[in-house]
Amino acid sequence: MASTDISLNKDVHHAHDEHDHHHDQNFFEKYIFSQDHKVIAKQFLFAGIFWGFIGGFLSIIFRLQLGWPEATFTFLEPILGNWIVNGKLDPEFYLALVTMHGTIMVFFVLTAGLSGTFSNFLIPLQIGARDMASGFMNMLSFWIFFLASVIMFWSLFIETGPAGGGWTVYPPLSALPQAISGSGLGMTLWLISMALFIVSQLLGGVNYITTVINLRTKGMSMTKLPLTIWSFFLTAILGLLSFPVLFSAALLLIFDRSFGTSFFLSDIYIAGEALANTGGSAILFQHLFWFLGHPEVYIVILPTFGIVSEVIATNSRKPIFGYRAMIGSMLGISLLSFVVWAHHMFVTGMNPFLGSVFMFLTLIIAVPSAVKVFNWIATLWRGNIRFTTAMMFAVAFVSLFISGGLTGIILGNSALDIQLHDTYFVIAHFHLVMGAAAFFGMFCGIYHWFPKMFGRMMDEKLGFVHFWLTFLSAYLVFMPMHYIGIAGFPRRYYSWTGFDAFNTFTDLNSFISLAAILGFGAQLIFLFNFIYSIFKGRRATANPWHSNTLEWTTPVNPGHGNWPGEIPTVYRWPYDYSKPGAAEDYIPQNVPFSQTQSSNLPYERDLE
Amino acid sequence: MITLAIGLSIVLLLVILFLLFRIGTLASIFRGSTQRAVGTTKTSNKVNSLLMLLFLIVGGAAFAWSFADAWDDMNQPLASVHGGWTDSLFWTTMIVIGIVFVITQILLFWYSYKYQHKDEKRAYYYPHNNKLEIVWTMIPAVVMALLVFAGWKTWANITSAAPADAVVIEVMGKQFSWLVRYPGPDGKLGEANVHLIDATNEIGVDFSDPNSMDDFMPREIHVPKGKPVLLKIRSRDVIHSVFLPHFRVKMDAVPGMPTKFWFVPTKTTAEVRTEIGNPDFNFELACTEICGRGHFAMRFILVVDEPEEYEEWLASQTPFIEQNPQLLTKFTHDAKEQVVLEKSAEEVKTEL
Repeated sequence: MASTDISLNKDVHHAHDEHDHHHDQNFFEKYIFSQDHKVIAKQFLFAGIFWGFIGGFLSIIFRLQLGWPEATFTFLEPILGNWIVNGKLDPEFYLALVTMHGTIMVFFVLTAGLSGTFSNFLIPLQIGARDMASGFMNMLSFWIFFLASVIMFWSLFIETGPAGGGWTVYPPLSALPQAISGSGLGMTLWLISMALFIVSQLLGGVNYITTVINLRTKGMSMTKLPLTIWSFFLTAILGLLSFPVLFSAALLLIFDRSFGTSFFLSDIYIAGEALANTGGSAILFQHLFWFLGHPEVYIVILPTFGIVSEVIATNSRKPIFGYRAMIGSMLGISLLSFVVWAHHMFVTGMNPFLGSVFMFLTLIIAVPSAVKVFNWIATLWRGNIRFTTAMMFAVAFVSLFISGGLTGIILGNSALDIQLHDTYFVIAHFHLVMGAAAFFGMFCGIYHWFPKMFGRMMDEKLGFVHFWLTFLSAYLVFMPMHYIGIAGFPRRYYSWTGFDAFNTFTDLNSFISLAAILGFGAQLIFLFNFIYSIFKGRRATANPWHSNTLEWTTPVNPGHGNWPGEIPTVYRWPYDYSKPGAAEDYIPQNVPFSQTQSSNLPYERDLE
Repeated sequence: MITLAIGLSIVLLLVILFLLFRIGTLASIFRGSTQRAVGTTKTSNKVNSLLMLLFLIVGGAAFAWSFADAWDDMNQPLASVHGGWTDSLFWTTMIVIGIVFVITQILLFWYSYKYQHKDEKRAYYYPHNNKLEIVWTMIPAVVMALLVFAGWKTWANITSAAPADAVVIEVMGKQFSWLVRYPGPDGKLGEANVHLIDATNEIGVDFSDPNSMDDFMPREIHVPKGKPVLLKIRSRDVIHSVFLPHFRVKMDAVPGMPTKFWFVPTKTTAEVRTEIGNPDFNFELACTEICGRGHFAMRFILVVDEPEEYEEWLASQTPFIEQNPQLLTKFTHDAKEQVVLEKSAEEVKTEL
């Protein structure tokens, strides 16, 4: 196995070493326009947390409306100004809220905040590299993301409001300012911001892929990579292949909006006049959007697969069960994620035959996903589990992933999707499986790698409180939504009281809103813990979790270049936990077999 | 004054919380638990693993109770043939995933509790078992295959071509209401075109087309019980979606691309009213594709009649053009032009 190891990167690193030791950086180079992957990772993390709070806050506002549709919200006037009319939330602003909540959470928090943080931070540290393949491109990636963020943030404050056509921005609604005021300047800013965002993702993605392929340290074969790196690697590939398609869709939409083309527009009569556009296809946009949009949900969830696998193995003190099956299932999921997009479009009038093909392909994804869940559970079996906060989030992640994933089997079935499409059943499904679960994976990663990022520990007790409140509220919010969804309550409704069919569940909706407020409040505990621990947290040791991967062989506060001396060589896979015969219950990857003769397995004796 | 008081109490609360947090930290240093590896301290580990178990039991019970409690509200009255198929497939699938849900959640939380850290214990080194992997790949694969076949069958039946004798109704979505058109006695819907839309002729019907002359546009949809109904769905501005929750019908209304959906109603409005004991019950049509400010208010009533009642209702309708004869003046000129155009087109054809 190890005879196939390759090391291409020796020379590169020597050149880099010398560079590091002779160059003093000023403040701007070190903290603002830094090319160090660790600083860039933290920049993404801070931006992600900022966006997370904005996105969460928006959801609280619309949950107030949904929980208490008859109430007046005059007290929100100081924040929302003219969006409150006579104490009532403006219906178009409500739509803008759900649109921005979706956009922010999916793209700015769970794509940029998640991949940006952990791919940047962990790829060089875990594969044994001094930095990313191109530090400069990496820096550009963050700053272009920053620019995208500024534009998106700005759009929240303009007079006509931010984009309001749903995060999927289906034209013609998103193409025609006459149809909804958010499709004016707000939508223009949305498109510009997203175009920049895609550029940022591509710059980042190219870097992640190149780094994983080329800069692995001596001995680090692909089959010795921690699952985190596999997941980041596959995520980057998905992004690289699918984001350009969204870019093209955005570009065509810009043309339709501003230059009178008819890619997506046809036969429209609006605001008292028939438009000249003819021959376009509104469905075409949906195909293009979901060609990104579906891989996108895996871009959100794959990194957390890796993070959770790593944390569960470390804290169960057991090797991850079925390492190769885990890689195989991630490869399978990545591949399949490109051929299931039209399951979002079963009732759009698409040819029913296509519907059957996409149903088949969609339900296949359940198989590799099930394998992953079984492997995680098998990893816990007969472990010696340490309940660190990260571990609790990892276990809860698996629970949420099961709960949300299973309903995907229902929604992926085109016949069942007829009734459930665009109802709260869908909301419950994807919030559990890629919203809450991905957030739990992200928290898991933050708690676990915080010591390596900041040299201090986060407070575990506060972590527990944060965890239990968040876990509880995640289920209290999203489980009842299934009931509302089965009853057919449509999503993106400002209020359901106009329909006899949907005039039930008012108490349940208030309950959900209360649970959401509880969940949002719990995040303030996290925020306090996070900021406080950066400055005042207990000092960390170099390897506080007794973990095997390479990042824990660096100093407590790794400097530019990560390892002060030579980069460690890798001899073994990252999951030698509780190996029989070993003195400790972990053997880091850089310990040669010659030092662990008492624990070597028969085939490893040859490697001594 | 009240704002100040609220502000002060919040500050006080935060200070107290912060002090509690500091005391907790100091206490843990005093107890020496900070000296141990994180996650191996006895109390925290015990409490957290116990809470995991409690979460499973209490959470599971709460879920079961709330599910049962919501059961009646959850199940909308069912009034179509294919709705019976999808409902039974839905609940069958729910049972299948419910079983998986229960088993995996129990294992997950039970293992978390049972295998909590103990100082004297060592985890079991068990990196893989290919046989097990194959087994738990094959089982979901087989189950999925069965579900896919069941889904295919149902889907194919639902999306098959509508019977020739189906009652045809055109439903057009606009911001923010529904427009409905029946073909009238001739059974044919006349041509329509967005460029003909005005304040009266909201669908843009081309009244130079003879088929349009008997088309009528009621304020409610009426359909006969037990007969196939074919909805021809269009939109004139943005995407809408026709959703009839009681008939398990949903299909997008897309500008520039007509769609369709057919179903067979099985219960009249009156029957459902007596069945659920609500004399005000009505079948409703809702929009389920975000379409703007009034998205949540696109309500339209659908009535299912006994076939005889339906015939009576049909007979009582007057064609749209009879109600709005002034529209014809707009078309007489256009119509002539149209005829001329068609003729010249034919001439071109014959020449070719």
